[in-house]
Amino acid sequence: MPFDYLNGLVGGLLIGLAGAIMLLGVGRIAGVSGLTARAVGLSDSGPPRAMSALFLGGIIAGAALVEFAISPIEARFPPSLMLLIAGGLVTGFGTRLGSGCTSGHGVCGMSRLSPRSLAATATFIASGIATVALSNHLGWGW
Amino acid sequence: MTPRSIIAAIAGIVFGVGLAVSGMMDPAKVRGFLDIFGSWDPTLIFVMGGATLVMGIAWLVQRRFDRPLADSRFHLPNTSGIDRRLLGGSALFGIGWGLAGLCPGPALASLATRPLQAAIFVAAMIAGMAVFRFTLEPRD
Repeated sequence: MPFDYLNGLVGGLLIGLAGAIMLLGVGRIAGVSGLTARAVGLSDSGPPRAMSALFLGGIIAGAALVEFAISPIEARFPPSLMLLIAGGLVTGFGTRLGSGCTSGHGVCGMSRLSPRSLAATATFIASGIATVALSNHLGWGW
Repeated sequence: MTPRSIIAAIAGIVFGVGLAVSGMMDPAKVRGFLDIFGSWDPTLIFVMGGATLVMGIAWLVQRRFDRPLADSRFHLPNTSGIDRRLLGGSALFGIGWGLAGLCPGPALASLATRPLQAAIFVAAMIAGMAVFRFTLEPRD
């Protein structure tokens, strides 16, 4: 477990570095939900579409680099198709309505001490905790 | 490719490596962080701590700059104005996060490692974004 914490810290430092490169390099927030909407043509604001798509492509390439060149990544996915689909739908809708997700609000906004991002992050963490607790209680946790 | 695009691609790669190293690409582990009444896994606190530390320094540096390296100005969102949209949207996102253990970054990164399951989640996520676009998105 402590080794997990160290990996978490190192991974977090890199995620922060990526956000710093975006902010100081191109003056943008490294928010994955907003950049995704932008890349697929579902948002009117944000960086040019090609730039957004390259950021997202970089994320996939970076994960592939670790998986195939360093060591396989442990990943236990939800056991049912319904959880993936329902989870994806509300995540997509909710992050657009709430103007951000874990990266934009949780990392970039919280470190900026943005009141909006602090409120958003507290809300999605509380909601996530409630969802996990409720689903476990109802017997469809995993 | 423009210098801006190259910078964005590099940032994306660093982001993806960070996600892969952090453990956040394991949905069960993320769910474990949210499971505070069960067998709680605090790893995500270290991820958030490391990320906000570096990003916090970046914000301090940003104050001293008139513009970013490769653009004429900073493009930054508002920090004030907590409204129902922000809170309602975040609450919905939290439900999705808790159900599947995935948020947008790790879901995209997982296209490299668990292509089928990740593609299903990402397709549903984009569908959810499209629903928002054609229903509740403010129009000028």
